[in-house]
Amino acid sequence: MLQATSRATAANAVEPSGPRPRSVTAGRVGLYVFLAFAALFFLLPMYVMIVTSLKTMGEIRIGNIFSLPTEATIEPWIQAWNSACTGLNCGGIKVGFWNSVRILIPSVILSIFIGALTGYALSLWRVRGANLLFAVLLLGAFLPYQVFIYPLVRIYSTIGIYGTMTGIVVTHIIFGLPLMTLLFRNYYASLPIELFKAARVDGGGFFQIFFRLMLPMSTPIVIVACILQVTGIWNDFLFGVIFAGRENLPMTVQLNNIVNSTQGEKLYNVNMAATILTALVPLVVYFISGRWFVRGIAAGAVKG
Amino acid sequence: MKPRRRKNVASYVALIPAFIIVVFAYLGTMLWTVQISFTDSKLLPSMNFIGIRQYERLFATSRWIISLENMVIFGIGLILVCLVLGFLMAAALDQKIRFENTFRTIFLYPYAMSFIVTGLAWQWILNPTLGVQQYVRNLGWTNFQFDWIVQNDRAIYVVIIAGVWQASGLVMALMLSGLRGIDQELWKAAQIDGIPAWRVYLNIVVPMMRPTIITSVVLLSLAVVRVYDLVIALTGGGPGISSEVPAKFILDYLFGRSNIGLATAASSVLLVIVLVIITPWLYYEYFRPERAKGGK
Amino acid sequence: MATVSIRDLEIEFGNLKVLRNLDLEIEQGEFIVLLGPSGCGKSTLLNAVAGLLDVSAGQIWIGGKNVTWEEPKDRGIGMVFQSYALYPRMTVTGNLSFGLQMAKTPKAEIEKRVARAAEILQIQPLLNRRPAELSGGQRQRVAIGRALVRDVDVFLFDEPLSNLDAKLRTELRVELKRLHQGLGSTMIYVTHDQIEALTLADRIAVMNGGVIQQLASPKEIYRRPLNRFVAGFVGSPSMNFIDGTLAIEEGRAAFALKDGTRIDLTGYEFDARPEHGRPATLGIRPEQIDLEKREAESSTLPVNLTLMEPMGADSLVWGDVAGTQFSVRIDGDAHVDTPSSVDAWFQPAQASVFDLATGARL
Repeated sequence: MLQATSRATAANAVEPSGPRPRSVTAGRVGLYVFLAFAALFFLLPMYVMIVTSLKTMGEIRIGNIFSLPTEATIEPWIQAWNSACTGLNCGGIKVGFWNSVRILIPSVILSIFIGALTGYALSLWRVRGANLLFAVLLLGAFLPYQVFIYPLVRIYSTIGIYGTMTGIVVTHIIFGLPLMTLLFRNYYASLPIELFKAARVDGGGFFQIFFRLMLPMSTPIVIVACILQVTGIWNDFLFGVIFAGRENLPMTVQLNNIVNSTQGEKLYNVNMAATILTALVPLVVYFISGRWFVRGIAAGAVKG
Repeated sequence: MKPRRRKNVASYVALIPAFIIVVFAYLGTMLWTVQISFTDSKLLPSMNFIGIRQYERLFATSRWIISLENMVIFGIGLILVCLVLGFLMAAALDQKIRFENTFRTIFLYPYAMSFIVTGLAWQWILNPTLGVQQYVRNLGWTNFQFDWIVQNDRAIYVVIIAGVWQASGLVMALMLSGLRGIDQELWKAAQIDGIPAWRVYLNIVVPMMRPTIITSVVLLSLAVVRVYDLVIALTGGGPGISSEVPAKFILDYLFGRSNIGLATAASSVLLVIVLVIITPWLYYEYFRPERAKGGK
Repeated sequence: MATVSIRDLEIEFGNLKVLRNLDLEIEQGEFIVLLGPSGCGKSTLLNAVAGLLDVSAGQIWIGGKNVTWEEPKDRGIGMVFQSYALYPRMTVTGNLSFGLQMAKTPKAEIEKRVARAAEILQIQPLLNRRPAELSGGQRQRVAIGRALVRDVDVFLFDEPLSNLDAKLRTELRVELKRLHQGLGSTMIYVTHDQIEALTLADRIAVMNGGVIQQLASPKEIYRRPLNRFVAGFVGSPSMNFIDGTLAIEEGRAAFALKDGTRIDLTGYEFDARPEHGRPATLGIRPEQIDLEKREAESSTLPVNLTLMEPMGADSLVWGDVAGTQFSVRIDGDAHVDTPSSVDAWFQPAQASVFDLATGARL
């Protein structure tokens, strides 16, 4: 009796009951402050690029890079796309855009296909020297490209593909192979081995099993490979500048030529518009693919 | 004699492209590069061997020494900041926060963009006459100085800032997936034992994340050795030669200055550096005995 | 229909010998079960018969043809896997006809055979579904069908029922047996489940350490295990083993426990003349022990009973004999007092005696 009363009075005071009242702790606040500052650091450059690209040169010269444009204009974007100049060529960044597209499509398709085939052969078939081949392939993924470049230039010149579309596509295949092989090798090795055995008992040959059984099952890893290759090849600068040749310079190279050209007045608004345009394709891939992009990073964490 | 079943010819046919690439594009070119570095080649490769003369000349070239120093500074700066920032961001995102997806997307998007774009964006922001410095001066602090991009002894740190902006999201993503892989019951156990969260992170989580940390360090190290486009777009190696890096040095001497003997010697040095970083890790990661039993 | 003959087979993975000097003759139409604990080499043997891995030495003959180096498809075999291994992106029809398409069988013939297999296995309504839309039992039926359509002589089963729940496993077991009766094909079946082995097999090959320990009918394996391993592996709950020595007195064999107790072995058929004083192990199955004396030829065994485990139809009583753990299976309705010390009875003719050192049956 006595106990019951005391409990009742206590409950009226501070005895906990029901859901815990939501309290905002200092740690929680600190957490969000940190996240907000980090987000600011990552977003600011993009914000500056966007507002700059919408300003007139006159407004830019005032020197307030963080302000919103007083009179937004899309003129710099049109100029960047259509008539920005590299040296004496004033064809705009669209030239580089279409070059990059023409480089991208065959490079992505071929590098994924060859990578899938190599990964399949290395993971499911017993091939003598497979481990050695794979080890050297991996090494190729990590070594600095400078080691390969000069002899490759000589080889390309000899067989006549230096400075051509073929040359740059072949280069992307060569240096995409390690990562692609790794992705597909790991993927196929993770499939139940009994599937492969069943297909062997059913009389499937090497290519029959590859085309009829393995490729149709590879959709997830092909998506990951596509994400990695599209962004990787689009963002390439080094190979483009060396191997693609004057006629096929990819967008990144042309962008750098436009922005860092020493001739004439610097049109910062046009430069920023061109820069955003160049970043657009990988950004679209990034925002559309979402979690797949992260998966790609994790799967092919060897990307250098 | 052990009996062997006929080998499947098709599997060897399928490996022909990979084989050609490995033999010619990787091994062949690598050996050729090393070979040229021992000759007196200038514009074209020659067969006149001069021992290690090119290497002596290389290390007597101040531009190369500066490049190497810059690589070390950039490497230490980038790796340290990326690891700390990446881990903090990942740990923060792992606290069941609101808008986790939004934050993650924001932290990682620079990684999707090229170094050229990164470099040009930061070049513009740090522009001494129209960028951040001028903005702050306009606010009233007329003596404010943030013109590292045109300072000889500061330019390389600008490269670090841009590099961190681009790559710390990658570390965050790797760390986050590492943190998500930690057994939730470990947290419950620590909570019941009354261990403060920061202690759990420091004494339990970080040691458990060792493989992720190693992977991040290796990936970042490779980016450091390869860094080229970022410098081209951001500083062009300048002012002067103050932000030169080895990769740029090599390409300049290969194509601009037509001194392929010196350039290949520099490549070979880079090669050795990478091999020293990478070989133990590669072995550990892919060829440990228990993992070797993949498929057949 | 074909015989399978494995001659002096040896398989190594690196330095590890998984199978050594293995001989096995399987008759036409026989259902043979390879039984053993995991890692004993039974699956390796099956994969070798299928041609899915290279042998290091020896020969494999199927249907009077040396197929040691033949491709799997040329061996006249069909195989059913534990994980079913159905091709995920194909319908059931696609799964069944893939092998036939590979062999360039005419379309009409493929349709005929698929229809027949579907009828035998009663999977006609499932033909247009994908594997993901099937239950475990249905998947396994399709997997069996895949072997069936190819009109093979020899069926290989690699733990086909292990992934199914207990009820389905029993159902499919009966169905497999019926299938074997109907087709009359040779079947080689790998399992670690002794119930499957005992119910399905014409003969069981009990394997351990890459060696066939005993090859005999289920009855024989159960009644007269050739060594201690077979005796301990087959039977559930496991056979009781009591260590001691043989004692031959006046031409009568007895078994001396460590505490000196003598157990009469009259009626036990020794494989060889027993020697007096030889260290040995006496093996008696829990179900061969009686707590109430009934038979005339029984001999006595002093047992301490400590714990009773009722399991429905019968109960298991745990205790010890001269310090060694011991179990007795009794009728579910019977009752014993625990703890208690009683005399139990068993028939020496049903028991087994093994050499203590080698484990071989005496």
